Amino acid sequence: MTGEALLIGLAGVLAAAGPIVFAALGETLTERAGVINLSVNGTILLSAMASFAVAVSTGSLALGFLTGMLVGALVALVVAGFSISLRQSQVAVGFVLALMCRDLSYFLGNPYMGLSGPRLPSLAIPGLQDIPILGPLLFRQDLLTYLSFVLIFVTWAWVFRTRPGLSLISVGERPAAAYVRGIRVNRLRTLYTVLGGALVGLAGPAFSLSVKAGWKGTISGLDGIGWIALAITIFGGWNPIRAAFGAYLFAFLQWLGLVLQASLPDVPSQVLQVAPFPLMILALLLVNIGNTEWIERTLAALPDSTRLLIARVLRSLRAQPPASLGVPFEQE
Amino acid sequence: MKAPRAVSGAGLRLVAVGLALLFTTIVLVISGAPPLEAYRQILVGSLGSFKKVTDVLVAWVPLVLATSGLLVTFAGGLWNIGIEGQITLGAIFATGALRAALDAGTAPAPAIAGAVVAGIVGGALWALLAGLLKVYGGVNEIFGGLGLNFVAVSLTLWLIFGPWKRPGVGSMSGTEPFPDFLSLPALEGYRLSPWGLVVAILGFAVIFFLLQGTTFGLRLKAVGKNARAAFLLGVPTTRHMLAAFLLCGGLGGAAGAIQVTAVYHRLIPSISSGYGYLGLMVAMLVNFQPLWMPLLAFFFAALNIGSIQLPIVLRLDSSLAGVLQGALVLFVLAMEGVRQRWRRTPAPGGEA
Repeated sequence: MTGEALLIGLAGVLAAAGPIVFAALGETLTERAGVINLSVNGTILLSAMASFAVAVSTGSLALGFLTGMLVGALVALVVAGFSISLRQSQVAVGFVLALMCRDLSYFLGNPYMGLSGPRLPSLAIPGLQDIPILGPLLFRQDLLTYLSFVLIFVTWAWVFRTRPGLSLISVGERPAAAYVRGIRVNRLRTLYTVLGGALVGLAGPAFSLSVKAGWKGTISGLDGIGWIALAITIFGGWNPIRAAFGAYLFAFLQWLGLVLQASLPDVPSQVLQVAPFPLMILALLLVNIGNTEWIERTLAALPDSTRLLIARVLRSLRAQPPASLGVPFEQE
Repeated sequence: MKAPRAVSGAGLRLVAVGLALLFTTIVLVISGAPPLEAYRQILVGSLGSFKKVTDVLVAWVPLVLATSGLLVTFAGGLWNIGIEGQITLGAIFATGALRAALDAGTAPAPAIAGAVVAGIVGGALWALLAGLLKVYGGVNEIFGGLGLNFVAVSLTLWLIFGPWKRPGVGSMSGTEPFPDFLSLPALEGYRLSPWGLVVAILGFAVIFFLLQGTTFGLRLKAVGKNARAAFLLGVPTTRHMLAAFLLCGGLGGAAGAIQVTAVYHRLIPSISSGYGYLGLMVAMLVNFQPLWMPLLAFFFAALNIGSIQLPIVLRLDSSLAGVLQGALVLFVLAMEGVRQRWRRTPAPGGEA
């Protein structure tokens, strides 16, 4: 592979990861507030279909993207309503919505199957695009990919460097304490569920109007991406930058699968396409195993030097979920 | 005070069914389809003739098996989303056993029985993997299970296009079909195998007895309600959780084995057909009243089979069944929430 081809391939990886970055950032915000929105997979499909349908009918890309975000926000509102107002299991509601929104997208999207629609044009940034290596890699993308770059840092700064971010963390960690300090816990949770849902919804048009333009129903190849985004949220340890890293790693592995395909003709393409999944399980195992009791017990029995080394490695990998993730808060 | 509570519960369920139908009707109107005609097609396509009813039962068998297993994991407070992969592994193991039997020239009866047992083992092992990841690796069973589902699908594809490919070139149509004598005998002229029905009813009966009439069932429910409290009271929680995974995986594996030996007679790419996810919805609806499960599973299976008519007659997508099923579960959950709000009692069970 020539250097130029490699650069184009990697630029493609950054673009392909865009939708997953949006979804993982959205879910990170939602889960930081203490709510699990398990509907992501269905939300992405439904918003991909709806935004494509709107963009085809109106010819407006902007309306398409807005529709995607609106769909995501609405589905998230249902999750919030069920779990916060009606106090039903978040996992149950999210799972049912994941399935139902998927079927809804296939059913309502039927008339739009295979139509040709608008696609977000790429927009090279003058000047910056001529920087060697970084130019072709970062600055010859489309508007949405630039947005995904920016949002990673904006989300990170919002969560960890602002006052509202502090409130967000507090309702996810210690809602009772936050409530005493005058934060309206359930209102804030609803707000971040809807906001996160809108970001997840942006992943839909990021596929159907950009990365995998079009709507092809069950063979769109989008089914499953949402579950990946959920896994990446955990892998990212509820930190926007680490989550984005997970999204890029995933997209890179998928691209690597395609590249290896050429040199390994005996391995069916379907196998290499799913290669990231077992690696994802392994990654989840690595970030979680440090939290288990038996590891602590085993470590305690080891000699100090080994123990400290292993403990340090595990601690650097470990991700601790927000303390009140999935736990409803009863406001008196 | 018991009676009015039951009445209001049943009344709210009816409201939920009504709302789900209303929602689905709105979806149909949006897509420009005639709602009544769509419902009529689903009805005719599922219950219109004896043949159709047997087709529904063909779908009912794996659904009941998977749901029976999920009742066990739900009782233990576990979300075994990996059930799809467990069905798939059951199918893979059953196919492997049948291939071996074919090579060895085993007599049909032990070959088929061996395939079903192999399927049960395959499903149970795959579930055990998810269980071990949860118990010893701290990996939430939802994500471990989902990952394993994808791995199971790729394993199927690899087998179909690789080692088990048809003579010549492998294709998405699956492996080479087994000869007739290696399939569970079906009713003359129908797709339904009475043996499949027997396995499903047996599976459900065993699970019903296990959950309602044994100490294991009682302890498992204690683990599901409050794992920490159960542990402090001396229940070995880890062992109970792993046992629940094994049981559920075994039943899922049996479903996969039936799909191979009685329905498809070969391994196909999407052998689990979504019955695992559907089973999760049925199990959620039944919610600790397992006696209703076979009936509800029949209703869900009928929706699936009936909706096959939709693309043929009305050029609609058959995913309408999933929309109606999902809406039904959602509105039942909503009504449950409303009822709890009225009574101002905390949610039973709470978070899974």
